[in-house]
Amino acid sequence: MAMFLLRRLGLMILTLWIVSLIVFFAGQILPGDPGRAILGPFAAKSSVDALDTQLGVNRPLLTRYLSWIGGLFHGDFGTSYTYRAAVEPFVRAALINSVKLALLAFVIVVPLGIIGGVIAALYAGRAVDRIISVTGLSLATVPEFVSGIVLIVIFGVELKVLPVTASAGAGAGDLSQFRHLILPAIPLVFVLFGYIARMARAGTIEALNSDYARTAVLKGLPQTTVIRRHILRNSLLPTITVIATQTGYLIGGLVVVETLFNYQGIGNLIFKAAQAKDFAMLEAGVLVIGVVYVLATLAADLLLIALNPRLRIGASHD
Amino acid sequence: MTDITADPGSAPLGPAAGGAVAVVVTTQRMAPARWRLLLRRPTFLVGAGILLFWVVCAIFGHLFAPFNPLAQQLLSSNTAPSGTHWFGTDPLGRDVLSRVIVGARDILVITPLATVLGTILGTALGLAMGYFGGVLDLVAGRIVEAVLALPAVIISFLFIVALGPSITTLVIVIGFIFTPLIARTVRAAVLTERHLDYLSAARLLGENPARVMFAEILPNVMPAILVEFTVRLGYAVFAIATLSFLGFGVQPPTPDWGSDIAANYSGLLAGYWWQTLFPALAIASLVTAVNLITDSIEQVLNA
Repeated sequence: MAMFLLRRLGLMILTLWIVSLIVFFAGQILPGDPGRAILGPFAAKSSVDALDTQLGVNRPLLTRYLSWIGGLFHGDFGTSYTYRAAVEPFVRAALINSVKLALLAFVIVVPLGIIGGVIAALYAGRAVDRIISVTGLSLATVPEFVSGIVLIVIFGVELKVLPVTASAGAGAGDLSQFRHLILPAIPLVFVLFGYIARMARAGTIEALNSDYARTAVLKGLPQTTVIRRHILRNSLLPTITVIATQTGYLIGGLVVVETLFNYQGIGNLIFKAAQAKDFAMLEAGVLVIGVVYVLATLAADLLLIALNPRLRIGASHD
Repeated sequence: MTDITADPGSAPLGPAAGGAVAVVVTTQRMAPARWRLLLRRPTFLVGAGILLFWVVCAIFGHLFAPFNPLAQQLLSSNTAPSGTHWFGTDPLGRDVLSRVIVGARDILVITPLATVLGTILGTALGLAMGYFGGVLDLVAGRIVEAVLALPAVIISFLFIVALGPSITTLVIVIGFIFTPLIARTVRAAVLTERHLDYLSAARLLGENPARVMFAEILPNVMPAILVEFTVRLGYAVFAIATLSFLGFGVQPPTPDWGSDIAANYSGLLAGYWWQTLFPALAIASLVTAVNLITDSIEQVLNA
């Protein structure tokens, strides 16, 4: 067990290191001359050189990578070109905002997706199943910016029941902030619902066809007990993995939703940094997302091991 | 049991990835009879019909669009749908119907090219990972994990900002992002083949690895690759539309659904719904069409 955890942590660190290489490559090597990229083709050579020196990009690559990585370990994410200030406080504030929005979306979509999937599986092949599956698939095909716009028009402009910006403003109470987050959370729910429901449905159907389910039915347990004690406990395991891997997708969706609803989250931060060619901010934002994703999959793995004794035994032989 | 989350069914890329759930079941040969079954599926026919419609628009759209999609008529700006302008006009007086028709072009050039690029590279990488295993598999597997840790839209930002937005950049960036995802599926399919007799026979005959991989294994994992290709195609449409909406894809004034929505959605507050609704429906119909095709191919292969 301890060996498994060590190995899993080692692989995680390796993955994060490769993520850092990708980010460094894209953010610092590909642009060629960041000073030129920021100032544009018509800036004087002297001002480009001055900016390069200020950004420290005219040093050797290895030195730059080591000082960048070294800085990360000290909580120094670099200096934003746009704000002329340390990147770290911006990223921290944005991450907290995004976590609030993402949590709300998950709190809505996880129970909905699981209930939808289980119901679809229990009525597999019948009208209820078709309706749930087709609705899920259709909602998932609509990009967030399309569903977000539709929601703004219906609830914000026509009915005027919900605010169309995500930020309640300074000094607003928790309840008011929560109301502002409802509308932005819905497009994320739409896109994730079909996927979670599909996994829950597949897991439940598999569990329903198993020998232990048949035994439970044949020994005369009531249907609700069979579902609660035998089916759900087994069928939801793969769904946990899917929910964790969807975190990455959710963050991709945050870029659109946060931009559309003007919410100061990590997606919006990355979008604005990309527009302004603020490479330090962009790199920090992307790196933070990589860390969040890797931690989410680790958490899902640990949760799976905690819930499934078979994996615990299998893992110790690893 | 190196990594529980690396299960081939759990492609983390959201919507269109839904089709990846049952990918690895498909090792049967693709007999012609199977393809005829496909033509009898209504979902396939509807999907293929919509896709064909947009392909025709992309290729010949400029010939039958009622107006020049770039022609501005400032005197008839923001007019509601009518007999002359079926889908109304945008703030510059351009015909929305014509822009929707011709707007199919760039997205239908970029998405197949990017997906083909990713499929070719991913198949080669996945075959090698599955066949050779060992250090290559371990190293490539880590790179796959690292790319998975970053959402496609965000990793595209990073590269597009560095390289500047153009059709070539979009094709290469999306193609490279898809490579590890496709490689993972192909690798999983190869692993189910690795211990079968025909491979031992090929090895005993002394065939070289490249021949074993491409002539022996590839035809047998083709169904899995095909399903993965269509799944990725749907996701590419989603990703390119999103990038265009955010201003990092197709650039104005070229007609494009995503960037047209971005340019006009503020007009919704003034009630100009047609400028946003029709491009949005176009995107939704294209993604739906690709998903219908994916779904029916999957069902036929697993039947």
